[in-house]
Amino acid sequence: MSADFLYGIEVIINGLMAGVLYALVALGFVLIFKASGIFNYAQGVMALFAALTLVGIMEGQVPFAHLLNAIFGTDIHHFGWEVPALLAIFLTVLVMVAFAWAVQHFVFRHLVGQEPIILFMATIGLAYFLEGVGDLMWGSDIKTIALGLPQGGSFWVEDMTASLGGDDFYGFFIDKLDMVATVVAIVLVISLIAFAQYTKQGRAMRAVADDHQAALSVGISLNYIWVLVWSLAGIVAMVAGIMWGAKSGVQFSLSLIALKALPVLMLGGFTSIPGAIVGGLIIGVGEKLFEYTIGAPFLGGATENWFAYMLALIFLVFRPQGLFGERIIERV
Amino acid sequence: MLYREAGDFKTSYEADNQTFPIAFDRYRYWVVLAVAFLVIPFMINDYWANAIFVPFLIYAIAAIGLNILTGYCGQVSLGTGGFMAVGAYACYKLMTAFPDTSIVIHIVLAGGITAAVGTAFGLPSLRIKGFYLAVATLAAQFFLVWLFNKVSWFYNYSASGQINAPERFVAGFAVTGPNTAPAAQYLICLVFLTLCALIARNLTRGTIGRSWMAIRDMDIAAEIIGVNPLKAKLTAFAVSSFFIGISGALFFAVYLGAVEVGEAFGIQKSFLVLFMIIIGGLGSIFGSLAGAAFLILFPVAWKVLAVDLLGWPTDLVVHQQFMLIGALIMFFLIKEPHGLAQLWRLAKEKLRLWPFPY
Repeated sequence: MSADFLYGIEVIINGLMAGVLYALVALGFVLIFKASGIFNYAQGVMALFAALTLVGIMEGQVPFAHLLNAIFGTDIHHFGWEVPALLAIFLTVLVMVAFAWAVQHFVFRHLVGQEPIILFMATIGLAYFLEGVGDLMWGSDIKTIALGLPQGGSFWVEDMTASLGGDDFYGFFIDKLDMVATVVAIVLVISLIAFAQYTKQGRAMRAVADDHQAALSVGISLNYIWVLVWSLAGIVAMVAGIMWGAKSGVQFSLSLIALKALPVLMLGGFTSIPGAIVGGLIIGVGEKLFEYTIGAPFLGGATENWFAYMLALIFLVFRPQGLFGERIIERV
Repeated sequence: MLYREAGDFKTSYEADNQTFPIAFDRYRYWVVLAVAFLVIPFMINDYWANAIFVPFLIYAIAAIGLNILTGYCGQVSLGTGGFMAVGAYACYKLMTAFPDTSIVIHIVLAGGITAAVGTAFGLPSLRIKGFYLAVATLAAQFFLVWLFNKVSWFYNYSASGQINAPERFVAGFAVTGPNTAPAAQYLICLVFLTLCALIARNLTRGTIGRSWMAIRDMDIAAEIIGVNPLKAKLTAFAVSSFFIGISGALFFAVYLGAVEVGEAFGIQKSFLVLFMIIIGGLGSIFGSLAGAAFLILFPVAWKVLAVDLLGWPTDLVVHQQFMLIGALIMFFLIKEPHGLAQLWRLAKEKLRLWPFPY
């Protein structure tokens, strides 16, 4: 096989892996959207916040240390202990659940029945708020996640595949971290689907997604379900945050992956979990392939910034509800 | 006592249809204009112009533009930054290609070019609705910024990738370039804002504004009663982009002087202008001005308070600003979804009854 063709395949594989990460963020969106009709722009910032919290807890940072120092003139930074990774993850989950409760209690409970676009703008406000809080709590410097996730390319895959091409082909270069992320994402999706299908809470969640009032009338607490989905979205965000954070460091740009998840959702439809995954893969492969075949040689590169949106835009003109979305029926 | 319709007899249709039906409002309007044109230019200094007045005037134009699209026509756009960039780069290309023409014409033409680009990106709005459209406008935002970064023709092949405004004069006074007096900067922005606000106010009171509002309230119902959605949506995109293009041109030429596209016209700018119209009030020209004033003044005021008076470090204050602006957005959406403009309306209602409310 020719080397160009093989590089093309490598680009596709890497695109699939990137797509899995997009899908991971998009999943958080779908969960909240299905249950409450809120289009949660803050999902990306939640990933950033969760990753910051995880690193902060592991390193034993004092929350709001910067602020406290400024107010009281003290000089505190760390508690002086280090928390083991698993315990830190557990504590972060607790923080995200508390956050979910606070969001529901202080913001969205008061916005029930508002137009979707108002809710959307409220989540943009929430994103700003959370970004500010995250920076205030843990400082804004770039942090690294020391969870012991494997880094760098996999020699094993490279050696296995080197024989496919000629002398100028050294095998597929695939990041180990991407492989781990793929496995984690698959496990997460399966467990989410299992949760939604086979547990009592999951059934209640689906009932709320189907019809708020009917769910209320059979005794399901909407508030409880909403806190539940926000918590689940927080946990999904944490996983996404860990993966992206391990890849590129925990920093502000992490919150921008939310923007990348938007076209994924538009392709897949806002209400479909399989749609989020397929959409993520299409976007991931599409933008890598476009960059490789057209963007870098002809357009000067960096087309990844906008390709996903353009693809979604063109796609939507022909199919406004996305690939798997429910058919939009409009009545006066 | 002063604030009454009673006793103010209208004897012609023009008088009956005027923008400010209450005499006190009319006087207030002229007083505000007089202060803005005749008093402030003589008192303004560099700090006030650069930190408050000029950004306020420019963002107010952008906010009026976005408010026409989002507040009046109901099409949420996250592409404001990209459209401002179109205005800025169009203005730059015109300024360098036709150095002898007045910059005022360049700025207006830049608005026109932005209107054409905006209309092109508005075409999908006929099929895509709600936040699907909001996401689709992100395509405009990222694509345009990328385009101005990559195609060196737009920045005249300069090595830095920046665009720099050459010095231009209006009536003998420099309005761009390093030697601009603060008053000149202020006045040119003020003239544009006044004209834009006047045009916007009158458009929204007329047939076209009504068709926008019908589309916003329910597009299918509007279509059934005979509003042409193609025409209404595309004119909204065009008029909105025209104003946003003018504000982008002013932002580049008069305010900053030198611009790097990703920094000056990034996605943050789109959100900032969106926040202005949410806080100010969707569907209100006064709200656009109030929201712009609030979001320009608030960070400056907070910085003066926290950094200069309390002595807190600057980065801490920046984080607090983020947090507070986010909290304010949520607060306004919960407590006063119609923004500062609604508070103003309520105050006027109260004033009418004062001092004998029932």
